[in-house]
Amino acid sequence: MAGRAPAVVIDGVSKGFTLRHNRSLKGLAVSAVRGKDLSNNFLALDDISARVEQGETVGLLGLNGSGKSTLLKLISGVLRPDTGSVRVRGSIAGLIEVGAGLHPELTGRENIFLNGAILGMGESEISRRFDEIVEFSEIEKFLDTEVKFYSSGMHMRLGFSVAVHTDPEIFLIDEIFAVGDRPFKKKCMRRIRELRDSGRTLVVVSHNARTITRLCSRGLVLHEGRLVYDGPARTAVKYLDDSEESEE
Amino acid sequence: MSATLLPAKQPVDASALTDPGRGQGLVDVFRRRYLLRLLVRKELRVRYRGSVVGLGWTLLKPLVQFCVYYFVIGLVLNGREAIPDFPTYLFCGIMFVHFFNEGFGASTRSIVTNSALVRKILLPREMFPVASVIVAGVHLIPQTLILLVGAVLLGWSPDPLGLLAGLLGLLIVGTLVTGAGLLASTANVYFRDTRNLVDLMSLIVFWSSPTIYSWTQVRDSAALQDYPWLVNIYLANPVTIAISLLRRAFWYEGTDGSLPLPPDLWLRGGIALLVALVVLAIGQLVFRRFEGRFAQEL
Ligand SMILES: Nc1ncnc2c1ncn2[C@@H]1O[C@H](COP(=O)(O)OP(=O)(O)OP(=O)(O)O)[C@@H](O)[C@H]1O
Ligand SMILES: [Mg+2]
Repeated sequence: MAGRAPAVVIDGVSKGFTLRHNRSLKGLAVSAVRGKDLSNNFLALDDISARVEQGETVGLLGLNGSGKSTLLKLISGVLRPDTGSVRVRGSIAGLIEVGAGLHPELTGRENIFLNGAILGMGESEISRRFDEIVEFSEIEKFLDTEVKFYSSGMHMRLGFSVAVHTDPEIFLIDEIFAVGDRPFKKKCMRRIRELRDSGRTLVVVSHNARTITRLCSRGLVLHEGRLVYDGPARTAVKYLDDSEESEE
Repeated sequence: MSATLLPAKQPVDASALTDPGRGQGLVDVFRRRYLLRLLVRKELRVRYRGSVVGLGWTLLKPLVQFCVYYFVIGLVLNGREAIPDFPTYLFCGIMFVHFFNEGFGASTRSIVTNSALVRKILLPREMFPVASVIVAGVHLIPQTLILLVGAVLLGWSPDPLGLLAGLLGLLIVGTLVTGAGLLASTANVYFRDTRNLVDLMSLIVFWSSPTIYSWTQVRDSAALQDYPWLVNIYLANPVTIAISLLRRAFWYEGTDGSLPLPPDLWLRGGIALLVALVVLAIGQLVFRRFEGRFAQEL
């Protein structure tokens, strides 16, 4: 690893959310008259610092609401930190939520192009990879069916196939195995391992300990927005288990 | 097994640490115009798939407007006498006002409508208001064809300077509505009832431009005789100037000249374009200022 430059540098990052109850000008006026405070603040990430080296595979663990997805969104640039900084090297693809860019009214074929373009591919690049994407997703038969008629597994297959055929340096993967069947899950894991072995940087969020230990070399554990553990993936999984037990 | 072997990634140059999410706004929209094209196509496809008459629906609204105003203003209130070639005069006005209002409304809603994408994937978010304006603009194409037929029937013939005037008008409205859309779509993220304000604005835009009456009626109205500067303010409205430019293209040259266009039209056109560009710049600045928070506010 020596001499490698970091791919992601997270430095003292905090992120708060406003839990606002009102979303209208009318509501704003009403509460201004009544003198009520509209918002209460909530700190989702609290002073996180970490770095990910190029080619490293890092697992992100933590209970529901601990801030994992928020951290991935900060790395992808969808969210911006309140304090501190996030810096990345190279292009990023989020599998933050697979299928987010799919439009229900368009066919699978149209969606491959649209989603590919959304994830940053150009026209010729998508055309070139089109067959590969279709083959990977195994939805040839439904290619010209509108995506709203897809089963949730098929939906996820299509989204995943497009996403893993983009060619970025950094992949962010958030809980993508929720609806895939076992053969497809295996195929995804294989593909992700391929990505890892070709030197891409991966940040993986999963509640599945096996996924983390099989894919990642290092694990970060978040607890209520704080980074409480940073070390080998196996130990990170164990750390989370132990802290869960002590809470019971 | 068919898995393709991926080429190994070389470590990227050490100097390239960047801030994710800090793009260049409208410049990036232009850079990713393939995506822009697909978004526009998606919108058109989704809107018209499953409707038998397809694009006909979008023509229906301005056409019905045209018929209603032609009947009330042209026939009942005798606007046909005051304004030569009244049909094409009216159609020019409706075209641009309709474009402005459609584009304004759609771009205002665009960020909220596309919240699934805005919340999850990093894109130049200006993409959505811009795409909405372009979608509204696409509908000008069939309308222009109808206008052309009408104009030719009324004895108009094309001239190069007129064409230029029409394009300048289009540029003014397009720029203005994009700027206004960027502003209003930002506001709409925070206050979902911005739409109601935008609807009101559309009403004001309609009546404050010489869509169904003539600017000379404003100039000559008894109420404004003591306030000539108000007439100047009226004529400073970029939409008014854009409509006049479109009329220079498709209407004025075919008439007997009894109803003049606003004086110094080219100068006013240049100023209107400048104003529109300023609105666009403000829109872009405000959008960029708040865009970083869109994902969490939606
Ligand atoms: N846009 C938002 N507005 C307000 N609160 C938010 C927003 N996004 C996230 N949060 C809050 O931040 C906290 C962390 O959320 P996050 O999605 O990062 O959790 P997570 O670790 O991914 O959980 P899970 O395991 O359930 O996916 C949660 O309490 C959530 O309610
Ligand atoms: Mg999550």
